[in-house]
Amino acid sequence: MKVARKSLDSYLERFNRLDDASSDSPAWLSRLRREAMLRFADTGFPTIADEDWRYTNVAPLAATAFETAPATPPDGHCRTESLAAGGSAAAHCVFLNGRYCAELSRLEEMDRQVRIGSLAAILRESPEEVEDHLARYVEAERHPFVALNTAFIEDGAVVRVPDGVRIPDPIHLVFLSTGNGGPAFVTHPRNLILAGAGSECSVVEHYVGVGEKPYFSNPVTEVAVGENARLDHYRLQEESPAAHHVSTLEIRQESNSVARTMSADLGGRLTRNDLNVVLGGEGADAALDGIFVVSGEQLVDNHTRIEHAAPHCGSREIYKGILGGRSRGVFRGRIVVHPGAQKTDSVQTNNNLLLSDRALVNTKPQLEIYADEVKCTHGATIGQLDREAIFYMRSRGIDEDMARSILTYGFAEDVIRRVRLAGLRDRLSSLLFDRLPQGSFLRKALT
Amino acid sequence: MLEISDLHVRSGDTKILNGVDLTVRKGEIHSIMGPNGSGKSTLAQVLAGREDYQVTRGTIAYKGEDLLECSPEERAQAGVFLAFQYPVEIPGVSNTYFLRAALNSIRVSRSQEEVDALDFLNLVREKTRLLKMDESLLTRPVNEGFSGGEKKRNEVFQMAVLEPDLCIMDETDSGLDIDALKVVAHGVNAMRSTERAIIVVTHYQRLLNYVVPDFVHVLARGRIVRSGGKELALELEERGYAGLVQDRPQAVAGA
Repeated sequence: MKVARKSLDSYLERFNRLDDASSDSPAWLSRLRREAMLRFADTGFPTIADEDWRYTNVAPLAATAFETAPATPPDGHCRTESLAAGGSAAAHCVFLNGRYCAELSRLEEMDRQVRIGSLAAILRESPEEVEDHLARYVEAERHPFVALNTAFIEDGAVVRVPDGVRIPDPIHLVFLSTGNGGPAFVTHPRNLILAGAGSECSVVEHYVGVGEKPYFSNPVTEVAVGENARLDHYRLQEESPAAHHVSTLEIRQESNSVARTMSADLGGRLTRNDLNVVLGGEGADAALDGIFVVSGEQLVDNHTRIEHAAPHCGSREIYKGILGGRSRGVFRGRIVVHPGAQKTDSVQTNNNLLLSDRALVNTKPQLEIYADEVKCTHGATIGQLDREAIFYMRSRGIDEDMARSILTYGFAEDVIRRVRLAGLRDRLSSLLFDRLPQGSFLRKALT
Repeated sequence: MLEISDLHVRSGDTKILNGVDLTVRKGEIHSIMGPNGSGKSTLAQVLAGREDYQVTRGTIAYKGEDLLECSPEERAQAGVFLAFQYPVEIPGVSNTYFLRAALNSIRVSRSQEEVDALDFLNLVREKTRLLKMDESLLTRPVNEGFSGGEKKRNEVFQMAVLEPDLCIMDETDSGLDIDALKVVAHGVNAMRSTERAIIVVTHYQRLLNYVVPDFVHVLARGRIVRSGGKELALELEERGYAGLVQDRPQAVAGA
């Protein structure tokens, strides 16, 4: 605990520096940050005694006094192909170690009412644009890392699509961390996505790391989906092997809106994702897909919470995990049906594939139902590759490693197939192939 | 092509095959018949290399090589094919991709060029017509959601695409209606060749009306108790297995 105290002090110290340096911030923002800092100072980092953090020990993360990320100019790393999620994009916004990098970003021409850009710039030039939205959807109470992010709000992406506007190409947000040289650092990207009534857009949040050194990404994204709007949200996490990644995605949906999310985790040493969806208006619909592929000592912890707060809403959730080595996976999926949310239709599935007998999964689907006319199903499986299927493939001339790889790919295939952006879909399957024995042969055979 | 001698096989503590001798030459069709539990399927699976069985005695030579030394994939690469009695579902992998991976694995093992997607498509189209298969089955995941008949037809379809030298068909006829049976038989007959041998493992004589064997063997209690020509199958149909296993009447009492 002493160690954690020390790093807490260092966060406080850096907060005071930020607070002093941002004396020109609007009063509401300073207040927001200060309240969040007080909350964080009060709770500190969660421990495994906390039910929500039982299987994910953040002690090593808490013990490290991460520095504020340095303002680095773009270098060779930034032009690597890792930045491209593939395909055409309406916007490509790059955040380098947490800060918007105009040099690496580009915006295509679009409706003048559409706003895509850097939160830092908006806070400087026209903070009133975000005042009614920032920290209005996610509560700092949610967990200490949200409070920590809020205390250090500086930059991130703002996407605002006006009512009735459709943006056909995806909006790519790339968060690049270059953990080379210098002390271990932390970034707190803060993103705001506002999809107006009847609008349509796709947003990709892509977290990429280069270098071997540990760093800590602590992004928070707030999303408001207006009446009858459609939003596709993708989160692709390819942090570097020593990275800690703790993300929160909060989605509020109004009536008859449709939100689809896909969360893919392949990188990072320790990853914790909280995804909260509130179906706040009648007839809203949410589809949540998740996949993680880990090995070695990696840990991925997915906490999802879907709140059916209005009648006639639907939610479908499928999360899958593929675990090798000594990796660990955690899934906790909560569905809460509020009183009065009649005709709720909810399906939740969590399937895990263990490729090694040292890998471990804890899965806990939970239903809390306070309405009486609802249809909710949930299920979880943890299994290994089907021996019969392996023999079947071998009897067709496919060697054992390849058979295992094909089956593993097949396990993930439905989640990959539901990615609607061709470029992203290719990248995701490619990342999966890279992690499988005989991946290059498999890539040729299956694509 | 295939020389099985004195083959003894067990699964755990249970003896299943107790000295099987069988010689199959190029161009021949052999049918292995027998009551349930006689060891027919075990023999087929052992030939394909299933590791759940222990061979305790005897040898299997295939093209002069020791087959028992080979892994299942090596056997397939050398031209052995088993049409499964219960084909396995492979979720998330389309039939076409799976089969192309198989064909190319076999070709690569023989230092042949891989078949590209277009040539493969043409090959596959031709074989679907041969087996009157619905082309939509090609893009569906392997065997997933297929009816029993579709699965069996898919086995023969795979066999037609991979063009093995030794085809072993394990109860491919069971569960097929007469129309499907004729289609499957047509597919098998199209593969008859002087360079290829076919072993048809079946409980019933029905398929043998359409795929006429050169030899029929009766397997009972883990041994071949009688061998003969195609007329033996008809005799079996008429008299049942009981009449043929006279030296061991108790063997068939429960069959």
